[in-house]
Amino acid sequence: MSNIVLQDVFIIGLLILLAVPLGIYIYKIMSGQKVFLTKVLSPVEKGIYKVMGIKCGEEMNAITYILSILVFSGFGVLLLWLIQMLQGFLPFNPQGMKAPSWDLAFNTAASFVSNTNWQAYAGESTLSYITQSMGLTVQNFVSAAVGIAVLFVLIRGFILTQKKTLGNFWVDLTRITLYVLIPLSLIVSVILISQGVVQTLSPYKSVSTLQSGISQTIPLGPAASQIAIKQIGTNGGGFFGANSAFPLENPTSFSNLIQLLCILLIPASLCITFGKAVKNSKQGRAILAAMLILFVIALSVVTFSEQNLAPHFAGATVAGNMEGKEVINGVGSSSFWGTATTAASNGSVNASHDSFTSIGGMMLMFLMQLGEIVFGGVGSGLYGMIGFVILTVFIAGLMVGRTPEYLGKKVEPFDMKMVCVVILMPLLLTLLGTATAVMMPGVTTWLTNKGAHGFSEVLYAFSSLANNNGSAFAGYNANNPFTNIIGGIIMLAVRFVPMSAVIFLAGNLANKKFVAAGEGTLSTSNTMFVMLLIGVVLIVGALSFLPALALGPIADYFTHRGI
Amino acid sequence: MKTTNNNKFADAVKQSFVKLSPRIQIKNPVMLVVYIGAVLTTILFFLSFGGLKDENTIYTLTIALILWFTVLFANFAEAIAESRGRAQADSLRSAKKDIKARKLKSATNIEDYTEVLSNTLKKGDIVHVVAGEQIPMDGEVIEGAASVDESAITGESAPVIRESGGDRSAVTGGTVLVSDSLIIKITAEAGESFLDKMIAMVEGASRKKTPNEIALQILLVTLTIIFLVVTGTLMPFSNFVSRQVGQGSAISITNVIALLVCLAPTTIGALLSSIGIAGMSRLNQANVLAMSGRAIEAAGDVDVLLLDKTGTITLGNRQASEFLPVKGVGENELANAAQLASIADETAEGRSIVILAKEKFGIRGRDMSKLNANFIEFSAKTRMSGIDFQGNEIRKGAAETIKEYVTNKGGEYPEECDQIVKRVAGLGGTPLVVAQNDKVLGVVYLKDIVKNGVKERFEDLRKMGIKTIMITGDNPMTAAAIAAEAGVDDFLAEATPEAKLTLIRDYQTKGHLVAMTGDGTNDAPALAQADVAVAMNSGTQAAKEAGNMVDLDSNPTKLIDVVRIGKQLLMTRGSLTTFSVANDVAKYFAIIPVLFFGIFPQLSVLNIMHLTNSTTAILSAIIYNALIIVALIPLALKGVKYRELPAGKLLSRNLLIYGLGGIISPFIVIKLIDMLLTVCGVR
Repeated sequence: MSNIVLQDVFIIGLLILLAVPLGIYIYKIMSGQKVFLTKVLSPVEKGIYKVMGIKCGEEMNAITYILSILVFSGFGVLLLWLIQMLQGFLPFNPQGMKAPSWDLAFNTAASFVSNTNWQAYAGESTLSYITQSMGLTVQNFVSAAVGIAVLFVLIRGFILTQKKTLGNFWVDLTRITLYVLIPLSLIVSVILISQGVVQTLSPYKSVSTLQSGISQTIPLGPAASQIAIKQIGTNGGGFFGANSAFPLENPTSFSNLIQLLCILLIPASLCITFGKAVKNSKQGRAILAAMLILFVIALSVVTFSEQNLAPHFAGATVAGNMEGKEVINGVGSSSFWGTATTAASNGSVNASHDSFTSIGGMMLMFLMQLGEIVFGGVGSGLYGMIGFVILTVFIAGLMVGRTPEYLGKKVEPFDMKMVCVVILMPLLLTLLGTATAVMMPGVTTWLTNKGAHGFSEVLYAFSSLANNNGSAFAGYNANNPFTNIIGGIIMLAVRFVPMSAVIFLAGNLANKKFVAAGEGTLSTSNTMFVMLLIGVVLIVGALSFLPALALGPIADYFTHRGI
Repeated sequence: MKTTNNNKFADAVKQSFVKLSPRIQIKNPVMLVVYIGAVLTTILFFLSFGGLKDENTIYTLTIALILWFTVLFANFAEAIAESRGRAQADSLRSAKKDIKARKLKSATNIEDYTEVLSNTLKKGDIVHVVAGEQIPMDGEVIEGAASVDESAITGESAPVIRESGGDRSAVTGGTVLVSDSLIIKITAEAGESFLDKMIAMVEGASRKKTPNEIALQILLVTLTIIFLVVTGTLMPFSNFVSRQVGQGSAISITNVIALLVCLAPTTIGALLSSIGIAGMSRLNQANVLAMSGRAIEAAGDVDVLLLDKTGTITLGNRQASEFLPVKGVGENELANAAQLASIADETAEGRSIVILAKEKFGIRGRDMSKLNANFIEFSAKTRMSGIDFQGNEIRKGAAETIKEYVTNKGGEYPEECDQIVKRVAGLGGTPLVVAQNDKVLGVVYLKDIVKNGVKERFEDLRKMGIKTIMITGDNPMTAAAIAAEAGVDDFLAEATPEAKLTLIRDYQTKGHLVAMTGDGTNDAPALAQADVAVAMNSGTQAAKEAGNMVDLDSNPTKLIDVVRIGKQLLMTRGSLTTFSVANDVAKYFAIIPVLFFGIFPQLSVLNIMHLTNSTTAILSAIIYNALIIVALIPLALKGVKYRELPAGKLLSRNLLIYGLGGIISPFIVIKLIDMLLTVCGVR
């Protein structure tokens, strides 16, 4: 146990160490300042603007910004769907993959454009190399960039006063991809290749195993490049069906550490970016602290449960729940990964979440149900958390006898409406999605378990879909027309509705005057506020999901433990 | 008094039933959910006779009844808050009678009039009012001066002076002329007079939801939607799981409704409008009339107070505190001369000189006829006052004036006097130089007396992050000294209306919210610019129209109370919201374990409150939910306790009381109700 604690402390320390400089770097990218890569990349950047006909100085208002995102993403869904449907006719298809069913293709397209990366398929048996690299990988980059761009817009909302415009979407998209995502992915890909992750266009290999007479097909492909961005951009969609539990996707302890750090790196560093941008680093640190504390609580629960709360079998107590975990990772790394991938809306896995203990599995589910705000998706996690900050400010602000304000901007009815949309969408869609699914006549045939655990499997699936996480509890067979279509719609709705609300919020904030802070102003960066924020996040989450969790993992725990 | 209280109560009870009308219920979305729940459970109760059983008939009836009471309690909370205002409105209405008015053809001829009813008067009409008559409508005095009894609106029985020109020219319809006569130009028409507005405001008829109230309501509706979905989805969830496990059954509609009402933020939902109305009526009780609810909220946000020096920070009048003679002149001599020069001076300053001389040197007022004296009154031209007697001329006035006077007479103005003058000004006093003939005798130190306790008050305000700024016409040196003595943060000396306006704008651009008081027409632009502007009722019509509040007592210190009431209103809202949401934690612990008992008997481990069974647990929770509304009505009306503390301390204090208290108290009360129900044999 103490080894696990030491390892966890080491990883978190490393994360913070890397997040600070990266956060400052991203701030410079956001505000258009010069960085060390400017010399190399600025001609490329200008070239892109020229080709796409973008005028760099042209600012957009909220509606134009939203429309640009919707058009861009809508086009992305269509293109990705077409690539899949036509992959049989396209090159780079050594295995001769045919088109998947139209509903699966839609689900996959929606999933990757919405940065969810829910996978109702196994990559190695469904998609061609061109679909993976030209379709999915491209969306891995741009869907992440869109998330970060929207965060930039919200930050600008706080910085600007009495302005109507919030920046240019195409410029934000280009700069984020070019200066942040691509360089980081390059570095990480190379590291991963060095560890043995495959990167090739050659067809699958058939090898003879040690057991004579039996041969095995080894799936290959341009994996490393996609895996790097899958972790950096909190996408999470594996190249292979088993995701990072597959040796060719995550071969060593070191590759495991690198991928783990990448899951949390950008979401953590964006907090620093936020603090820098609002000219008050404390504000960014306060949010980061709240996220870290929530993360550590969840990590402790998961690790403790995996280590100590495995089910009893005929009186025998298991030391550490190793079912569904890679031996190379063990309880510690698997618990950390599970917590990280559900805290950040990443969704890649290095173990089977279905096999986690009831309480461990519940914590993973709960992290998603909180709305993917404990780190959360790149950009989207922080703007979601800022929604909760505004909610906290609203209640706490009233208690000190002032109409609420955050970072010098008054929180008024319109802002509250938008914040409520941001908070409401994921939790409503989770509950309603689950409710619809359990009412489907065929639901029992999709499940591998009965009873409370069976319910947990449905609840987990829709928590993952409706929070753009994308991880699966296994056990729930997702490739059926109902889940493909409803799931696809849920993923798109929960991505783009709150996103639009955030941009409207930013537009409204940018238009406001600035209110000076004083002794009578509620501090939003002290310990008290951080605690209060954590309390609000947990209470909203608990009030929304406790009844459902009681019927799933909680009942599961008590029936298994036989108390 | 007792009978009126009883009336109020009976009236509020009656109103609680009147408010059951769906048209009124629809305005409060949170309570509408309870209302619909009550209707549905009532229907379920009746259906159970037709064989369609959702739950035990008696149980459904009990739930339905408790829900109806919850709605009634919420209605009662609002009605009792309104009743205070209604009583005030009734007394105001008695002042608003249609009377006959003498409408003049022109202001010059009071004989040429026609008698018309006051409610037919139009803007610009000219009327003549004599002693004993009621002023028919709001207006501006264009001729005459008279004392007016304004007790009908201010409650203050001492009559006030109203005269043409200057800052006391506005008269209000419904007030009574006590002496003399006035010619008044009407400035408002029936239905929009000050009295009409006042009645509407105190009655809450024109009460619109304020921005903050709307924002809070959005939050409450969001919470309600969450709970609607949480409880609604429990039906398919429990149905699915019970089939999977093969025991227990889906949750009944009655229980889902009960759970929903428990969890929805009904406490704050029920009390939200009462809090607003009560805040308004607390302001009315302080004799301040807000023109909108928005203004009260803004008062809570104010962080810069512009305070007039005179009357707010210092006592209205300066008082003589020392005689400072120049070399070669005795203090006694100076006191004597100063007293002589002030004997006929009826101003408070003049009188204070006479008194000081009497107290210090026993110099008494003397028989003026014997002196054969000629008093020189202060005039704007000479800017001196004094006395001529037996060939002597004594003058007192500002240093510059006396200097000129003495030099003209061929005398010398000693440099020492200049120094004394500077010293006095530096101390915040007003130097008054006294000269006899061509000789300067010395200086009378007129002191501004800072009011008792203002320093501490400003200290408290500073703790809350409110900056106080003193506005004065004095020169910067004098102003600085008084500012230091009173402990204000800043001052504006030699203030002109333009300077005030600029100051307000400057603070506003820096992001501050500014409050001020004012009464004169020249204050109007600044009043219109300020975020909270309290106009004195004694002031001009222009000032009253520019401000967003009117202080009927015309007391500039009131601004501080206005801020307090604003903050208290917001704090009450926040605290009760916190309390309401915190309650849910305990309610979950009460209900969830027993709710799924049929499906998973193992979950009873979580029944940490050891409630008897699901019936008692659910009943206890919704009974608590209904009773807490009634229990908190007094708090909603009075407002939470207000202290002048920094934001951090206020937050931790209120969090402890309403957050932690909100989590703990339902555990205790629900357990007690459960025990009581168990004793009564409820199963």
